[in-house]
Amino acid sequence: MGVVFESDAVPGVITTSLAKVVNWSRKSSLWYMLFGIACCAIEMMGAGAARYDLDRFGAIFRASPRQSDLMIVAGTVNEKMAPRVRQLWEQMSEPRYVIAMGACATNGGPYWDAYNVVQGVDKIVPVDIYVPGCPPRPEALMYGILKLQERIDKEGLGIPQRKGK
Amino acid sequence: MALTQEREITVNMGPQHPSTHGVLRMIVKLDGETVVEAKPDIGYLHRCFEKLAEQKTYPQVITFTDRTDYLSAMTNEWAFVLGIEKLLGIEVPERAEYIRVIVAELQRIASHLIWFGTFSLDLGAATPFIYAFREREVIYDLFESISGGRLLYNYFRIGGLRNDFPPGWKEKVLEFLEYLEKKALPEYHKLFTGNRIVEVRTQGVGVLKPEVAIAYGASGPVLRGSGVDWDLRRDVPYGYYHKFDWQVITEKAGDVFARYLVRMREVEQSIKIVRQALQGMPDGEFLGKVPKVLKPPKDSEFYVRHEGSRGEVGVYLISDGTPNPYRCHWRSPAFVHLQLVEPMAIGWKIADLVAILGSIDIVLGEVDR
Repeated sequence: MGVVFESDAVPGVITTSLAKVVNWSRKSSLWYMLFGIACCAIEMMGAGAARYDLDRFGAIFRASPRQSDLMIVAGTVNEKMAPRVRQLWEQMSEPRYVIAMGACATNGGPYWDAYNVVQGVDKIVPVDIYVPGCPPRPEALMYGILKLQERIDKEGLGIPQRKGK
Repeated sequence: MALTQEREITVNMGPQHPSTHGVLRMIVKLDGETVVEAKPDIGYLHRCFEKLAEQKTYPQVITFTDRTDYLSAMTNEWAFVLGIEKLLGIEVPERAEYIRVIVAELQRIASHLIWFGTFSLDLGAATPFIYAFREREVIYDLFESISGGRLLYNYFRIGGLRNDFPPGWKEKVLEFLEYLEKKALPEYHKLFTGNRIVEVRTQGVGVLKPEVAIAYGASGPVLRGSGVDWDLRRDVPYGYYHKFDWQVITEKAGDVFARYLVRMREVEQSIKIVRQALQGMPDGEFLGKVPKVLKPPKDSEFYVRHEGSRGEVGVYLISDGTPNPYRCHWRSPAFVHLQLVEPMAIGWKIADLVAILGSIDIVLGEVDR
């Protein structure tokens, strides 16, 4: 990015590459879907509420998958929920990102050997960032979102192609 | 289709719906906008707690009781611990009993606050949510400094507690209670209680008659909101509640607003209890004498009732003489209350269904377990 001053009379011109602008706008408005499943959802709400204030990073919650860029899977996904998670992910428009929040969404957590629990949401949808903890603190979730922003910053112009299983 | 033709439509609320407080699916039949039928479809958060408990030793199960009703972890732990102590005849030190009352009542305040926030969010008011979370964070800080966890604590132990207070904790609690009583609660009432929109949307909506509430097995604030004077803390006493001066709160109306008022006034009572407990707390041990391996006698069983934040939390355990429970059943108030949605919601508009669903304070972790 550079700033060019042609003359004193003309206002300055900012030169940049299109990819940088696109990445910058994508990472600065990560709207996440209001999709709390279990305990971690309370910490997700806590992250969005007064003290932690996730809005600072441009992350605002949306109720509909069609309007969201980011799905934070906050909680245990079981066999009954799994098709819904997949469907919601498919309804989101590209580019879309997934954060697996907490031990359950990462690998099943304390419930990993239960008969009805999917051992990690990455079995259903491709996951970009894993946030460890049971439940993770809001700071941990914020760190995960910041890491995701760093990652988006390195992306090109095109839509990142990921294949879900 | 002709405009005059009448037809019922089926609407799915959930499992991903902002106002279902988790992953609940309501299958709602509508005539126009009026609810004709509302059937809950649960099981989206079934995590096999009861089956997993059979593979764990008794102290290990406490971790899972946290995660059933994750908004009220302390009271759940107490319910489970209470039963085993009764069964094995374990004496709990006096100081531990006092601390238990303190943390349980603080948890009740936190749980009612988060309910207040999400319920107002359901009604379309976003500001109370931010306010309620502000106070709740202070309680979570207090819990963090005694247990290490913000949301799920694993603080109770069979025979006592994990550890004592850190220095200065008592003063912090008193300071917070003062702030909550003098500043925060009047602010909530100013925001919400006299609000005309809230009144229109909650008063007279979803009336639950006392006899219906009893017939369905309701408990906790839902039951007391219908005017039934019943509280396990007083009527089936446990812990040291009988030592304190407090009242059971009831409201006659039985509507959504009454349930709101009951919870808000219960917060005041909880403040009263915590103050008295902090004052009367003796010095001493925080963990009693407990055998290393807990083996309840063969074929012994017990059911223990406990007043959680949402109502009667019941634990039913059968022992087969091994260190693991043979069967563990969790009676959760939210599961019982969920069946009340349909009788309350029929005849009301779909927007009122959201208010009614919010007013019974369900936590899906507890419904599905």
